[in-house]
Amino acid sequence: MTRSPALIAATPDAATPAVSPDDAWLPVCALADLAVERGAVALMDGEQVALFRLLDDTVLAVQQHEPHTQAMVMSRGIVGTRGGRPVVTSPLYKQVFDLASGECLDTTKGERVALVTWQVEVRDGVVHLGSAHGPGARAAA
Amino acid sequence: MNTSPSQTQPDGGSADPDVAARPLAGSTAAALPAEVAAPAASQVSAPQRVVVVGGGMVAQRFVEALRDRDDAGRHHVTVLAEEPRAPYDRVALTSYFSGRDPEALALGDPALWQDPLVRLVRGDAVTRVDRDARTVMTASGRTFPYDELVLATGSDAAVPPIEGNDLPGVFVYRTIDDVAALRGWVEERAAAASRPVRGAVIGGGLLGLEAAGALKALGAQATVVQFGTHLMSAQVDLGGGEALRRLINSLGVAVRVNTATQRMRPSRRTGAVGRLDFADGGRLDVDVVVLATGVRPRDELGRAMGLEIGARGGVVVDDACRTAVQNVWAIGEVACIQGACIGLVAPGYAMAEVVVDRLLGGAATFPGADTATKLKLAGVDVASWGDAFGSTPGSMEVVWADPVGGVYKKLVLADDARTLLGGVLVGDATAYASLRPMLGRALPGDPAAFLLPEGGAGAPELELPDDAGVCSCNNVSAGTVRAAVTEHGCTDLAGVKACTRAGTSCGSCLPLVKKLMTAELARSGVEVSNALCEHFDLSRAQLYDAVRVAGLTSFSEVVARFGTAEAGRGCDICKPVVASILSTVAPAHVLDGERATLQDTNDHVMANMQKDGTYSVVPRIPGGEITPEGLLVIGQVAKDFGLYTKITGGQRIDMFGARIDQLPGIWQRLVDAGFESGHAYGKSLRTVKSCVGSTWCRFGVQDSVGLAVDLELRYRGLRSPHKIKLGVSGCARECAEARGKDVGVIATDNGWNVYVGGNGGFTPKHAVLLAEDLSTEELVRTIDRFLMYYIRTADRLQRTAAWVADYEGGVDAIRAVVLEDSLGICADLDAAMVLHLETYEDEWAATLADPDKLRHFRSFVNAPDEHDRTLAYVAERGQARPATAAERAGAGAGPVLVAGTTLEVRS
Repeated sequence: MTRSPALIAATPDAATPAVSPDDAWLPVCALADLAVERGAVALMDGEQVALFRLLDDTVLAVQQHEPHTQAMVMSRGIVGTRGGRPVVTSPLYKQVFDLASGECLDTTKGERVALVTWQVEVRDGVVHLGSAHGPGARAAA
Repeated sequence: MNTSPSQTQPDGGSADPDVAARPLAGSTAAALPAEVAAPAASQVSAPQRVVVVGGGMVAQRFVEALRDRDDAGRHHVTVLAEEPRAPYDRVALTSYFSGRDPEALALGDPALWQDPLVRLVRGDAVTRVDRDARTVMTASGRTFPYDELVLATGSDAAVPPIEGNDLPGVFVYRTIDDVAALRGWVEERAAAASRPVRGAVIGGGLLGLEAAGALKALGAQATVVQFGTHLMSAQVDLGGGEALRRLINSLGVAVRVNTATQRMRPSRRTGAVGRLDFADGGRLDVDVVVLATGVRPRDELGRAMGLEIGARGGVVVDDACRTAVQNVWAIGEVACIQGACIGLVAPGYAMAEVVVDRLLGGAATFPGADTATKLKLAGVDVASWGDAFGSTPGSMEVVWADPVGGVYKKLVLADDARTLLGGVLVGDATAYASLRPMLGRALPGDPAAFLLPEGGAGAPELELPDDAGVCSCNNVSAGTVRAAVTEHGCTDLAGVKACTRAGTSCGSCLPLVKKLMTAELARSGVEVSNALCEHFDLSRAQLYDAVRVAGLTSFSEVVARFGTAEAGRGCDICKPVVASILSTVAPAHVLDGERATLQDTNDHVMANMQKDGTYSVVPRIPGGEITPEGLLVIGQVAKDFGLYTKITGGQRIDMFGARIDQLPGIWQRLVDAGFESGHAYGKSLRTVKSCVGSTWCRFGVQDSVGLAVDLELRYRGLRSPHKIKLGVSGCARECAEARGKDVGVIATDNGWNVYVGGNGGFTPKHAVLLAEDLSTEELVRTIDRFLMYYIRTADRLQRTAAWVADYEGGVDAIRAVVLEDSLGICADLDAAMVLHLETYEDEWAATLADPDKLRHFRSFVNAPDEHDRTLAYVAERGQARPATAAERAGAGAGPVLVAGTTLEVRS
């Protein structure tokens, strides 16, 4: 995605996750702030991260940026499972993404699309984000 | 042909510095360094420079096919177009009158011209070809070297040698510019005169009838003057021409056949064309004349190059579209192939594919011209294929003519009375798609059965052989369509179209493609499963019954009880289906508890997501009736929140560009002013469109607005397998276009007629009559039952048209269910509708009253006061629209970008 820095200075390129360089866990919100099986967005140092709380209170995090359309919408997709793996469906054109790996499960010929994912931990009822993985994710320091 | 480097690049090969030096996509040709000569270092696989002279439909197809098939990207193609625009759909030229927008004539994917291996030079005619130096010179003085030269110069309109053919007011009909000039002239004349503009078209062929339609569309009178015995004499026989003449007459176009035009005389007053004199002594006063007597191949470059020219013009090529000069090809109307030039687009496309195949080392040959024609002239269907005139010795004709209904159909059969040689269809060409591929094959059963009107004896099902052509535009056979299903795993029409390209040009073969696909799906057995998805083996209708009978009220219960063994937590297919089922079985708010997790984002935030992730908002305006105060409220809300506004097709107002976090604020204002959700986002009732009816209209026989308001308030919020639209017209003039709706009501002197199963969109369908002359009470009960029965038994995303068509016994069987209670379920259906009416609440008002539900509209879970700052907008025609990727990238150079649409105004 190419964007002019002058245009949206407050928003870093969505493909470059902002995680503290020392790989620390950053608190985001209370688990109770997240609805079960319905996404939410966190703003982390200008970057939008989609959070999904599953039925068993596991929380998974992927980029909010939808790679096919460049729109900030991943959190608004329907959460479900495919072959037992937790997935989210892009609300615009309905591509299905594996929430744990970020992989797009509905790619067309040869296309390789994946979402950046973050490690997530819930500590004492508070959701924490760890390091990012995936295309364009900053290498762990 | 051989395209080895040694043969095509005698200079030892050169890279293409032109393309290498080319700036990125989006720049105009004028900004480019034009001439090229600098030889580059030899490369193992130097790119081939392909120059196409001409920028018409065939050139477009050539480039498309080359880019599609040249996987290695070895060819750089430059298209030199004389017209100042990209290739456009010349076949649809007449539609330029209705839309006036040249963009609407755009062909294919415009991204083709942004491809780095493709260069389009517009508005520069080629003046000379140096076949020794292998260069092409243009009028502006630029030079383009080529390794392969493709002549696709097409034709221009032939101007018959009639005295006065150069008078002002005499036009030809070939390009957008011709059409624009004609329009300008007619509009000018109309403004100057107090009477209608009188137009004549000389030539009663395909183009002449198009031109006559265009004159009518411009509000002019039109007379078609045909030299021959009947209209479209190249395609249809005398009987068909007669039927066509009656149909054209009924559209208000006069027709003179057997008429030779001797001269065109100027008006003494204006000096422009004023009168036609005919050989038989007749005269016709005119203000404008369109010459549509034929086309002439533009072979002047070929002549200048010394290429062989056909007896009636055109550059002579062999079956591979090669001229006698190495590396020079000709395709489309300029090519004289197998002894003639062919003025149809499908053979031109076939030639383009042949040359691409040859350039890539293939051995394709031109399969012979398929001169089959199907067109729709101002609503009149005409089709002709094969030996339409029965000129094969021993052939026999089966004719069915209905002069009253304006239908003429003829099949030409071989002397065995079974083998189809050709045919003509005028007035009703529905049989064309299935009959044309049977050319040269034996028809099963009685041939006459194929000509009878729909609902007649019923023709036998045609089983097409694999090699039968289905889509002549793109040369796709029945076998290819079948293979799309069996080998490439396509399971829907969109997939088959994308895979085979069948039906992507004129679309006339789509019904046949769908039929083949469906049959093949059924045969392969896998896809005929009605299972919703991996989580449910049941179809939507089965699941509906199961949930209703079991009395379940939540997704977790439903998936535990009826899900597959490893049902998991559902998906974007089954969750909205369950939400829809529960909404009528166990009504609850869309955001109540677990229900909130089942909704698509549109139902979840009760607005319509648009391409940039923002939403649009549509308050309900029942029947399209709104007070001035209501309009002011909507206007003020849109203004305060910076929303783009547009009138919808359903007689209401859509406001675009709202962020998710703005929706509650917007709706608080709307709800306070008495508006409620319009459910524009739901698979549910959308609108009940109405005409103004007897309230104001001097023709109206019933209060259509009043009924529309009542129906809309009755069915608002009713969730269904797909969206539902209704319409009510106050008289038989049908201004509400009710028959294009799922349920259409048309007033009669005695009450209401109700039609069902209509829709617009991709496959438009007229609704069919369900019941006549109902009282308002009977009408409402009938619609109640029809809708509820549809909701219970239709498939997911199946509109009423498809449901009615698929329903065993069709509309007659549905009529028996809802009017005669043939299944004994009417009391049940009525009770279900009562439940809907009793439980309806405005879901936006309910959301605003519940802080838990409002949590769904937070921008950021950790920064609820922030909002999405990645959105960018551009002002256009006085409103904001989302910035394109290019505008974002080049911020500052182009139109002014604004960061968001919104002034921070909250209630």
